[in-house]
Amino acid sequence: MRAKIHITLKKSVLDPQGNAISELVASKGINGVSNIRQGKYFEVDLAESNEAKATEIVDKLCQDFLANGVIEDYKFELAK
Amino acid sequence: MQAAVISFPGSNCDRDMYVALNKFCSKVHKVWHKDSSLPENLDLIAIPGGFSYGDYLRCGSLAAHSNIMDEVKRQADRGVKILGVCNGFQILTEAGLLPGTLLRNENIKFLSKKVDLQVVNKNTNFSSKIKKTTISIPIAHHDGNYFCEKDTLKQIEDNEQIVFKYSNNPNGSISDIAGICNKNKNVLGMMPHPERAVDEFVGGTDGMAIFESLLS
Repeated sequence: MRAKIHITLKKSVLDPQGNAISELVASKGINGVSNIRQGKYFEVDLAESNEAKATEIVDKLCQDFLANGVIEDYKFELAK
Repeated sequence: MQAAVISFPGSNCDRDMYVALNKFCSKVHKVWHKDSSLPENLDLIAIPGGFSYGDYLRCGSLAAHSNIMDEVKRQADRGVKILGVCNGFQILTEAGLLPGTLLRNENIKFLSKKVDLQVVNKNTNFSSKIKKTTISIPIAHHDGNYFCEKDTLKQIEDNEQIVFKYSNNPNGSISDIAGICNKNKNVLGMMPHPERAVDEFVGGTDGMAIFESLLS
């Protein structure tokens, strides 16, 4: 089983890198693009084949290591 | 007085911290992050600045899970004083020893200069011997923008956990915060480098009073 994990900054958290990218994009004449938010993406192989147990493992992985709950949210999907 | 300085792969202020602490301590121990024990009878554990694990994942996040951090947490619970500077501050927040976290500087520039700090709480182990109301200490960081939720900010304000504030906020930190301590006032994290301000020839001497507070 493989987990695909997205980690994003919470809405209340400033993203200076995303803002800088937004400004660059606007200055290059790409119109109608705004509010770029930068995040992280992980792919993880799991030995566990039971979906409920795999979910538990990935939740712990995200809460303890991959995401910082003070500033980040995470979501993931599992694929066989 | 005895202190320990912990080095992680990528720490680069550990030697400066060692030299600074040697001015105040009878013995300073150098400890590697893979060690699982610390000397007994320590008065202070210092987590130095640098770029532990190359800032991979998030600044300080991998170091926060090192072997030695379990021992640091145990000694913190016992009341041993812990000082985290710069990357050390980031490690202490990631380890859950201090609230909040450090974000990329608001202007996305690496900042390296001396800044003025207001000493807003002199009733701590870290600030009791500081006579001035404003001290000048160097900063050198890319991710020093202190952030916490509003509820947490209110808590740390109510508990008088804010020790240092920037006179002119250089990095976007919430409420101009440069250094905070935990509720028990034995763990302090600060982005400015007091260990770079203990000699007339480099950086001035305004950092001395922080170490005097800690180790007198």
